[in-house]
Amino acid sequence: MLEIRGIAVSEGIALANAYCLMEPDLTFERVTIADINTELTRFKAAVVQTKAELQEIYTIAQGKFGDEEAAIFAAHQLLLEDPEMLAAIEGKINIGISAEYALDEVSKMFIAMFEGIDNEYMQERAADIRDVSKRLLAHLLGVELPDISRLSSDVIIVAEDLTPSMTAQLDTKYVKGFITDIGGRTSHSAILARTLGIPAIVGTKTATQVIKQGAPIIMDGINGKILLDATAEISQFYVRQQQIQQQLQGELNQFRSLPSISADGLRVEIAGNIGKPEDVEMVNNAGGDGIGLFRTEFLYMERQESPNEEEQFTAYRTVLEKMQGKPTIVRTLDIGGDKNLPYFKLPVEMNPFLGYRAIRICLSHQEMFRTQLRALLRASAFGNLKIMFPMIATLDEFRLAKALLLEEKDHLKSEGILVSETIEVGIMIEIPSAAMIADIFAKEVDFFSIGTNDLIQYTLATDRMNENVSYLYQPYHPAILRLIKTVIDAAHQHDKWVGMCGEMAGDEVAIPILLALGLDEFSMTASSILKTRAQIAKYSQKQLLQHIEPILKLSTASEVEEYVKKYLIIHR
Amino acid sequence: MKKTFKITTPEGLHARPSALLVTAVTPFECDVLLTYNDKSVNLKSIMGVMALGILPGSIVAISAEGADADKLIQTVSDIMITKGIGEEC
Repeated sequence: MLEIRGIAVSEGIALANAYCLMEPDLTFERVTIADINTELTRFKAAVVQTKAELQEIYTIAQGKFGDEEAAIFAAHQLLLEDPEMLAAIEGKINIGISAEYALDEVSKMFIAMFEGIDNEYMQERAADIRDVSKRLLAHLLGVELPDISRLSSDVIIVAEDLTPSMTAQLDTKYVKGFITDIGGRTSHSAILARTLGIPAIVGTKTATQVIKQGAPIIMDGINGKILLDATAEISQFYVRQQQIQQQLQGELNQFRSLPSISADGLRVEIAGNIGKPEDVEMVNNAGGDGIGLFRTEFLYMERQESPNEEEQFTAYRTVLEKMQGKPTIVRTLDIGGDKNLPYFKLPVEMNPFLGYRAIRICLSHQEMFRTQLRALLRASAFGNLKIMFPMIATLDEFRLAKALLLEEKDHLKSEGILVSETIEVGIMIEIPSAAMIADIFAKEVDFFSIGTNDLIQYTLATDRMNENVSYLYQPYHPAILRLIKTVIDAAHQHDKWVGMCGEMAGDEVAIPILLALGLDEFSMTASSILKTRAQIAKYSQKQLLQHIEPILKLSTASEVEEYVKKYLIIHR
Repeated sequence: MKKTFKITTPEGLHARPSALLVTAVTPFECDVLLTYNDKSVNLKSIMGVMALGILPGSIVAISAEGADADKLIQTVSDIMITKGIGEEC
């Protein structure tokens, strides 16, 4: 039996076969052939198979994402029917070149042609040709391409890392867990796993080298262990563990319809973070009190052009209606950093997290921003909408963003369109500068939502994507706790409320501290909602308050963690 | 048979509109060319059409020769207008 260790970032136990996302071996010999007719037949058969496969992907994508996003796969099918491309390849086969070689030569020629056109869109089409050629080549070689949008049995995904676009494509129905070589608690695979309520182990360094495609594996997402070639006894042990976990979950379910309230009667709000309208179901299933963060960038990703006002309106309206009047906080577009859009070229930067991203892009691409604001304002008539702007560093940014919002509101009203008059407008606190002048912001905003993932990254100057400095990603660092206190105190002095939508809001150790500091709203992945509600129900805020002063005087993150675990984590 | 169109899609004749046109004309027997800036390509070839990089506002000519040429031109015209790709000029 072989054991691999990594960082457990989403709890749970899974037993399934490995699905390794690796670049397949598509090398071939550049040979000439004697039997031209057989080669032509072989090529045509591969084209038919590839087209059938693309049709299947098209149907799946259409069902999952709609016509617009599926259209790309229809275009891919057309490439395979293209008379110019087919004639060129068959011409080469006719002079005795093997199908693989001919395909490679012709696709390279077309790729070079598209890349040579001085137009970014056309250059990206070269990627489509490359994609289709690769699929066709795989069929010629009889090699299976990994396709995470089409799974047919339970799998544990094993990858070097998962990109945001890969997670958007993923067929989550059959995914039982994630294992990656790199990454940390806030990597995309970790966040997605917690959203889905499945285990994830990251930072294994070697998983993709050690785990073989299709191998049965056991993941212990509580202790960060992966077991290969497990004995029958070990497998049995984990099956039992899995049952115990499910039983615990059953006990948590009784909190689904209970209010979020501490033992001494303090009401808080426990909300869910979502990326797509369909994620609302998971929040509602967990009995969430609202949506604390709707990451709208997912509406913009995995497509060829930005979503128009109508599409966005439909998405926001769907979410608001499904939430039935519960507070729903929508964050305006937050791209840049590690999130890119295929149709919106961002400059390559030395420090993308310190660069052109989020509100900074929106304020300089006002047309795109206004489209989103209009869609939001129109949707506001259908529920309890709150809007927040990400990455605010200065008061001027907030004032400008809000002015644009009010302008669009006036436009809509003059067009006779119904807009809610009670939309709260707030900001994310992610940048230390904003946290430090929260008292100034508090006079102008309606609420704050603390985005701890970025706040920690910026306060400790630690790139959350860089493994070498991941030890500095310290949510319990005294500086972070003090910043949070500063923000909450400033807001409450001005009768404003404060939420938190970073990973920290659902963290067992952080929760008693945040409750004591007076945090009003905790927003987290849906799978953490019930656990958090159960934990908060055990605390008396008045008793917690006696601990807050000693905690704030502690010198290091590990001292804070030790203190909380010793005095404030109540186990059954 | 020949007809000219002004392209009105905001993104020009890109993958999606091209795909609509190519799909519509492929079942026809006759040959069909799209001419833009003195360059002609087979309208049944998505590569050919996209490689022209046709921008919004461009004027393109569609010409067809053969038995079902009339019907083909009518089909192209319908798609241009109903899908908001272009207008006759």
